[in-house]
Amino acid sequence: MIQEFKKIWKQYAITMLWLLGLLWPLLGIHPDGTLSFQQTVTVWSYILAGTFVCFIIYIINKSGNFKFFTEPVVNTSQKLSDMVQDMPSWIWKSALLICAVIYPLATGRYATDVAINVLLYVSLGLGLYVVVGLAGMLDLGHIAFYGVGAYTYAILNVKYGMGFWVCFPLAGLSACIAGCIVGYPTLKMRGDYLAIVTLGFGEIVRIILNNWMSLTNGPNGILGVKTIGILRPVMENGFTFEMFWVKKLEIFYYFALGLAILTIIAVTRLNFSRIGRAWESIREDETAAELMGVNTFYYKLLAYAMGAIFAGFAGALFAARMKFVSPESFTFLESVMLLCMVVLGGMGSIPGIILGVIALIALPEVFRGLESYRMLVFGSTMVIMMLFRPSGLISAKRTKQMTTKSEVKE
Amino acid sequence: MDSFIQQLINGITLGGIYALIALGYTMVYGVIQLINFAHGEFFAAGGYVGVIFLSFFAGLGYMETHPVLCLTASFILAMMYCAYLAIGVEKIAYKPLRKEARLAVLLSALGVSIFLSNGLMLTQGVYVKAYPSELFQGGLNFGMITISYLQILIVSLTAALLVALNLLVFKTKIGMAMRATAQDKTMSALVAIGSNNIISLTFGIGAALAAVAGIMMGLYYGSVNYDMGFVPGIKAFSAAVLGGIGNITGAMLGGLIIGMVEIFGAGYISGEYKDVFAFIILIGVLYFKPTGIMGENIDDTRV
Repeated sequence: MIQEFKKIWKQYAITMLWLLGLLWPLLGIHPDGTLSFQQTVTVWSYILAGTFVCFIIYIINKSGNFKFFTEPVVNTSQKLSDMVQDMPSWIWKSALLICAVIYPLATGRYATDVAINVLLYVSLGLGLYVVVGLAGMLDLGHIAFYGVGAYTYAILNVKYGMGFWVCFPLAGLSACIAGCIVGYPTLKMRGDYLAIVTLGFGEIVRIILNNWMSLTNGPNGILGVKTIGILRPVMENGFTFEMFWVKKLEIFYYFALGLAILTIIAVTRLNFSRIGRAWESIREDETAAELMGVNTFYYKLLAYAMGAIFAGFAGALFAARMKFVSPESFTFLESVMLLCMVVLGGMGSIPGIILGVIALIALPEVFRGLESYRMLVFGSTMVIMMLFRPSGLISAKRTKQMTTKSEVKE
Repeated sequence: MDSFIQQLINGITLGGIYALIALGYTMVYGVIQLINFAHGEFFAAGGYVGVIFLSFFAGLGYMETHPVLCLTASFILAMMYCAYLAIGVEKIAYKPLRKEARLAVLLSALGVSIFLSNGLMLTQGVYVKAYPSELFQGGLNFGMITISYLQILIVSLTAALLVALNLLVFKTKIGMAMRATAQDKTMSALVAIGSNNIISLTFGIGAALAAVAGIMMGLYYGSVNYDMGFVPGIKAFSAAVLGGIGNITGAMLGGLIIGMVEIFGAGYISGEYKDVFAFIILIGVLYFKPTGIMGENIDDTRV
């Protein structure tokens, strides 16, 4: 076994030595003119131990010694997925829905809070999926539309006293306009350039939110955003309506769930419509798509607008839940997280995106204690994921070109 | 008028720093068509290693006796450190993905960037780390205009490095191999150029230049911060695109222009929106002339 993996062992050893060389100047050289080795070696040995365990598992797995364990697991999961596919889809869909509906009743406040976050990110992620997964345009500034939606509701509500239900479509509309503004000049670009320009747009939006004091109150954010109000029929002394402010987290959860389900349905319908196929043809080969009569200009702009609208809706709900918005929530890192949810879960499959969102939002909540190492782990997971499974956890059926074959002509 | 010239000098200083970072982007993009998102972190790491060595020498007491020697040693050690870091990153995170889709490499680069900036944060702390300020005090006075010695150092060192890089790329065998690899990897492999070594070398040189820029930035603004790499990285990328990505002379020119625009924009339009100008230039250039000022024709796959 050792002989077999000699090359990998060698690479591993070199990598660890390289890491030691990197760590020492950062930890071992002190401003008072002394050198120390102990701290470096301690940190390094922790890393060594951690990676060594992963590495051993990887090697045992690779050499097939885990077959007694993995084979039954794979078989049963295969059987299960076959069974699910044989069942009419409404059965497991309604089962999932029932689980989602009773979830807040069964769990506590904190879990519901996390679940609301997950649901908001599901709508956001699906919006990004339209842009990245379907139309194949890499977008690193999607969180800006979320910000536009949230700020639209916050400003209209706090300054003009408009209610949630008036502002909700307006938030979608303004995000859509922002999407078109971003989309229009970027239509000529592809790939990496598009990524960097959308990144630039995202940053511009954040800087504007940060500096336009009279409108957005700058880095302090906007306080006192009202929550959702619903008219509730009251039966006492005649039939009248009464304004009911949603304050309970559970009820908010259902709004978020509603938005997520709406988005899932909308994106699924789009995916299997003529528009979805046009987007996919653009993703696979833009020139060929244009040749076949797809109006690439219109469809690419539409992809941006659709993605932005869902983000805007989610943003309005976010502002209503937090009762507070500030530019801090809409940084570049959030955009990267969002892109990772879409890609890690599996580019181009809706269950994959939901899985990705849960993995990136809910799992860090479980490991709250390791807060400061969270982003470190996140960064390395991204690299490792790309190295070993570039197509994501659940890969799409129709997506082929995007993630498996190289686009670069060499 | 005086303030204009003063701004011009500040702009050239800042532009020189951006140009040094932009060179790394443009060289890497020229060779393997990758936006190296982690490049900004190489820059930040350079700034940190620089301040670590400078304060180490100060702690030993050599700073008072041999200041020039200490500064040179810090520069060289930081350059070596960053080159070492970049070559390792390239081998681990980019090389296995060379045949994969662009998106995979881009995400891997983003992951490396997050990893490195958080690694810096965990090892060096969240707070800013101050550079020794007593190194460069005073300057030349011409009436209302002041050119500090630090600015003279930055501009002259930048110019020297740019000339050296140009000589390396256009006059030596290694440079010829680099240009050949950038044009056609298969063909250059056929004439016995080890393209893997050349790519590593390109990453190393780019990161070394970024390290110099990092120390300069630290000296110029007085401190370094763990997330200082992101914004200058994007600006330098804008500079590389503005000059025509893949073109070394273009990157220098682009860096100078971006630096000037930032300083003049901050001085005459609005200081709060100074970061926006670089992005607007980037978008404008990509929209109207995607090849940049000095870029060659770019085929479909690149834009």
